[in-house]
Amino acid sequence: MTDIPLLSLTIFLPIIGALVILLIKEDEKSVNNIKKVAFWTSIGVFILSLLIWLQFDSSNPGYQFEEKFRWFNDFNFYYHVGIDGISLFMVILSTFLTPLCILASWENIKKRIKEYMLAFLFLETVMIGMFASVDILLFYVFFEAVLIPMYLIIGIWGGEKRIYASFKFFLYTLLGSVLMLIAIVAIYRFTGSMSILELQGNNFPKNIQIYLWLAFFASFAVKIPMWPFHTWLPDAHVEAPTAGSVILAGVLLKMGGYGFIRFSLGMLPEASQYFSPLIMILSVIAVIYTSLVALAQTDIKKLIAYSSVAHMGIVTIGIFVVNSQGLEGAMVQMISHGIVSGALFLCVGVIYDRMHTRDINFYGGLVNKMPIYATVFMIFMLGSVGLPGTSGFVGEFLVIVGAFQYSSLVVIGAASGIVLSAVYMLYLYKRIIFGLIENEKLTEILDLNLREKIILIPLALVVIMIGIFPNIFIEPMRLPLELIISNYELANGK
Amino acid sequence: MEHLIIFLPLIGFLFCFFLGKNFNFKISQILTTSFLFISAILSWILFFYYLGEKDTEVIHIFNWFNSGNFIVDWSIRIDSLTTTMFVVVCSVSACVHLYSIGYMSDDSSKERFMGYLSLFTFFMLILVSSNNLLQMFFGWEGVGLASYLLIGFWHHKSSANNAAIKAFLLNRVGDFGFALGIAGIFFIFGSIEFDVIFNNTENFKDHSITFLGFSFSTIDFLCFLLFIGAMGKSAQLGLHTWLPDAMEGPTPVSALIHAATMVTAGVFLVARMSPLYEYAEVTNLFITFIGASTAIFAASIALTQNDIKRVIAYSTCSQLGYMFFAAGIGAYNASIFHLMTHGFFKALLFLSAGSVIHAMHNEQDMRKMGGLFKKIPFTGTMMWIGSLAIIGFPYFSGYYSKESILENAYYSNSSMATFAYSIGILTALLTAFYSWRLLFMTFHGETRSNNKTFDNAHESPLIMTFPLLLLAFGSIFVGMFFANFYIGKMQYTFWGEAIILQDGKHYYLPFIQTLIVKSSVAIGVVLAALIYFYKKNLSKKLAENLNPLHSISYNKWYVDEIYNYIFIKPYFFLANLFWKNGDEKIIDGYGPNGISKIISVSSNYLSRFQSGYLYHYAFAMLGGLVILLTWFIYY
Repeated sequence: MTDIPLLSLTIFLPIIGALVILLIKEDEKSVNNIKKVAFWTSIGVFILSLLIWLQFDSSNPGYQFEEKFRWFNDFNFYYHVGIDGISLFMVILSTFLTPLCILASWENIKKRIKEYMLAFLFLETVMIGMFASVDILLFYVFFEAVLIPMYLIIGIWGGEKRIYASFKFFLYTLLGSVLMLIAIVAIYRFTGSMSILELQGNNFPKNIQIYLWLAFFASFAVKIPMWPFHTWLPDAHVEAPTAGSVILAGVLLKMGGYGFIRFSLGMLPEASQYFSPLIMILSVIAVIYTSLVALAQTDIKKLIAYSSVAHMGIVTIGIFVVNSQGLEGAMVQMISHGIVSGALFLCVGVIYDRMHTRDINFYGGLVNKMPIYATVFMIFMLGSVGLPGTSGFVGEFLVIVGAFQYSSLVVIGAASGIVLSAVYMLYLYKRIIFGLIENEKLTEILDLNLREKIILIPLALVVIMIGIFPNIFIEPMRLPLELIISNYELANGK
Repeated sequence: MEHLIIFLPLIGFLFCFFLGKNFNFKISQILTTSFLFISAILSWILFFYYLGEKDTEVIHIFNWFNSGNFIVDWSIRIDSLTTTMFVVVCSVSACVHLYSIGYMSDDSSKERFMGYLSLFTFFMLILVSSNNLLQMFFGWEGVGLASYLLIGFWHHKSSANNAAIKAFLLNRVGDFGFALGIAGIFFIFGSIEFDVIFNNTENFKDHSITFLGFSFSTIDFLCFLLFIGAMGKSAQLGLHTWLPDAMEGPTPVSALIHAATMVTAGVFLVARMSPLYEYAEVTNLFITFIGASTAIFAASIALTQNDIKRVIAYSTCSQLGYMFFAAGIGAYNASIFHLMTHGFFKALLFLSAGSVIHAMHNEQDMRKMGGLFKKIPFTGTMMWIGSLAIIGFPYFSGYYSKESILENAYYSNSSMATFAYSIGILTALLTAFYSWRLLFMTFHGETRSNNKTFDNAHESPLIMTFPLLLLAFGSIFVGMFFANFYIGKMQYTFWGEAIILQDGKHYYLPFIQTLIVKSSVAIGVVLAALIYFYKKNLSKKLAENLNPLHSISYNKWYVDEIYNYIFIKPYFFLANLFWKNGDEKIIDGYGPNGISKIISVSSNYLSRFQSGYLYHYAFAMLGGLVILLTWFIYY
C-alpha cells in the first residue's frame, strides 16, 4: 500500500469530483447527476479516510502516511503532509460530515446547485489538507482557503441577513489570520524552517514566544471561538444554510482547538504556560456566560451556536491544563461536539425545511407528529448535555479531572457546565418537542423521511458509540499528546 | 447469573425501543415483565448465596476508557451490599412491571412505558453493582435520565414536563458535586477503583487539601462533595423540591423510582463509600444534621397535604432523612436495612395509592375520598399493612429497621446524634399522624366524593392486586427474616467487607426510651383518629387557629417560591442582560459594529475630498507643494 499516496488522494479526490461536476451542464435533468457525483465523491473520500484509520499505527507518536515534495526551489517550503493521532480524527470528522451535509442539501438548496456542490467539495479538500499539513506555510494556505468557500456558502445560499453575517465572519477571521501570517513569517526568519515536525519543542526564547503566541492566539481564539471574540458565530450560524452550519460547528471551530494544540502548546510551551491563566479566565467566562445567553435565545440555531461557545470553553480549559486527562478530554470533546452540534443543526434543518422558521415559540408538541425525530433529537440533546453513555460525557469529564489538578476555580467553572448545559438544552427540548400541538400550521408536519433518517441515525449511533467505546478514539491520540505534554513540562522545568 | 440480572432489563428495553411498535403491545409487556421476574428470582438466589460468609467478587467486563493513569473499567462488584440492592430493585421493579400492565391499560404508548421502566432498572443495577465511581456515575445519571423520561411520560401535560426538567436539573446540581468529588478522589488517590481508595484511606487521614484558598481535611472535603450528589438524588433538604413534583409521573413510576429505588441511591453511595466516610468526622455531622432536618421538615409538610401521592412523597423524603442520619452516625447497616424495608412498604403504599386513584378514576385529592374501605377492601387492607410497617408497628418490617436506627442514635456519643435521636422520635409521631390521616381520609368515615364516582369505585384487577400481595408479604416479613443478618448477631458474617460496622453489640433501648418511642407513635395515631375520624370539625378549627403554622406546612415552607425569587428569576434576568447588553451592546457595539461605524464615518468624511472640482484639487496640490518646499528649505 505504500506506493499509493493515500493521503494525497484523500485530500484531492474532492477536487477531482469537483472537476467532473464542472463538466456537467446545469439544467433540470442533470441537476441530480451533479448531486450524485458530489455525494459519491464524498463517500469515496470517507472510505479512503477510514482506510487511513485502519492502517494507522497507534504505537507511533509521529506522522504517518507522510508525503513530501519541495514546493519552491529557493525556500524551505514543502508540500509536506502526514497524519498523526491528533489530526487523524479531525480528518475523519471532516470526511464523515461532508457526505451528510451534501445529503442534507439535497432538496433545500434550490439555486446554483452546481456552484454549491463545487464549494462544498473544495471546502472538503482544504479542510483535510489543513489538518494533514506538516508544513506551516501549507497549513496557512489551507487555513485561509477554508474561508473562501465558507464565505460564499453563507453569502450566497444564506438567509436574509447573510451579507452582514458573512462580512462579520470574514473580517473577524481575517484579522486573526493576518497576525498569524506575520507570526509565520517571523518563525521562518528565525529558524529557516517551516516544518511543524522540526519546530516542535521549545525553539524560541521566551520573549519572542510571547509575541508569536499572541499572534497565533488572535487567529485561533477567533476561530474556536473564545469569549469575547465569539459574536460572529451566532450570526454566521443563523444565516448559513443547514449544511454550512454543520461544517462550521463540526469542523471549522475545531481548527482553533487543533491550532492551539499544534502551535501554541507544541511550539511555544513557555508562552503557553505564561498565558494559561488568561485562557482559563476567558474559558470559564465562556462556559458560564454563553450558557446563560443561550437560555435567552428564541432562535434555535442561535441557541445551539451559543452552546457551541460554551462547549469550546471546556475544550480550551482542557488544552491549557496540559495533562493527559485534560488534553485527551479536549480532543474527545472536540470530536463529540463536531458530531453532536452538527447533528443538532441538522435537526434544526429538518423542521426548518418544513416550516421555514427557527423561532422556538412557533414550535411545540412535535413529539405527537414526529416521534422518530423526537427520539433522535433527544439523543443529540443528551449528548450535548454530556450524559454518561453519550460522547459528550467522556470529554467533559476528562477535562474536569484534568482541571482539578490545575486549579480549584477552573474546575468549578468547567464543572458548572454540567448544570448550565442541562438548563438550556432541556428547556429548548421541552418547548419544541413536548406539549400539545397548539400551532395549527404544525398539524400536518411529517416525520423524518428516508433521506433524513439516513443522515441522522448514523450520527446518533456514533454519539452512543463514542460514549461506550471511547478508547477507540483515545488510543491513537495518546502518544502524540504525551509527546506534547513532555515537551511542555521539559520547557517549563517541571 | 450476575450478567443476566443486569442485562435482561436492558434487552427488554432495547426490544421495546426498536421493535415494540412492530408487534402487539402485549409482547412488550410480557417480555419485559417476565425478564424482570427472572432477574428478581436470580437476585434472590444470589442474595441467599451471599447471606453466609462470602468474599466480595469482582467480574471484569471490559475497559471503558483510559487516559494517562485514569483508568475506568466496566465491571460488576458483588457483595452483600450489592445483593441487597439487587433484591430490592429487582423485586420492586418486577412488581411494578406487572402492576403497570393493569394500571396503564388505557394508555396509548404502553411499550414505551414498559421500555422506560426496564431501562431504569438496568441503570439502577449498573449503579449498585459498580466497582468504581465513574461506572456508578454512569448509572447515577442514567437513572436520572429514566426518571426524567418517566416523570414527563405524559408529555402533553405541561406540569409533567416542568416537573421532569426540575427533577433533572436539581439532580444535576447534585451531580456537579459528585463529579467534582470523583475528580478530587482521582487527584488524591490516583484511582477511582473502590478497593484502591479503601486501601489507601488510612494514609490520608491527616492530609489536607486547599480548595478555593481554604484548607480542608481531604477526606472530609471529598466526602462532602460526594454527599452533595447524594443530597440531589435522595432529595435531601435544599435539593428536595423536585421529589413532590415528580408525582406528576404515572403512579407505578413514583413507586419504583421515587420511593423504593432511585431516591435511595444517595444512601447507597454513602454506605458504599463507608470506609472513606468513616474518617470524615465533620462531614458525618453534616450528614446527620441534614438527614434529621429533612426527616422532620418533610414530615411537617406531609401533615397537611391533600394529594394522596404527595403525602406519600413527603413521607419518602422524611424516611430518607432517617436513613441519612443513621449513615451519618456510622450505623450503615441500620441505614441500609431501613432502605430495604422501606423499599417494600413504600412501594406497597404507592401502588395501593395507585389502586385507589385507579378506582376513583384519576382522583388524587383526599378531600374527595372517604369511606372507600367498603368499596375496595383489599386495597384498604394493603394500605393498612403499609402504614403499620412505616410507623414501625412491632414485628412489621419497619419496626426492626427504624428501631435500630433510633437505638444507634441513642447510644452514639455526640450531641448531633442526640439531636437526631430526639428529632427521630418526634418524626415518628408525625409519621404516625400523617399515615393515619391518610387512612382515615381515604378509607373511613363518610364519603365526600360525588355519588357516581363512589358507586363506580371498584377493586383493581388481579394483575394489579397480585403485586400488592407480594409487596405486602415483603413489608411484613422482611424485617423479621433478615434482621438478624443486617443488624443482629449475624451481621459480621453477612456484611463481611461490604460496609464498615460499628462495634458489635446489639443494643436495646432502655425501657423508658422504648416507652417514649412507642407512645409517641401511639399519640400520632390517636391524634389522627381524633381529628379525622371522630371530630370532623376539629381539623378546620385547628387549621384556623394555628393558621401561620398550618399555612407554612400547607405551602411547603414556601421553598419553591423562595427558589423562584433567588435562583430562577435572577437566572433569566442575567441571561437576558448578558445577551442584550453584554453581547449586543458592548462586544458587538465596540467590536465589529463599532469599528465598521468608525470606518464608514471616516470614509464618508474622507470622500468629501473627492469633490470633482478641478480647483479643489489644484488648491490641495498647491498646499502640498508649499508644505513640501517648506520642509526641504528648513531641514
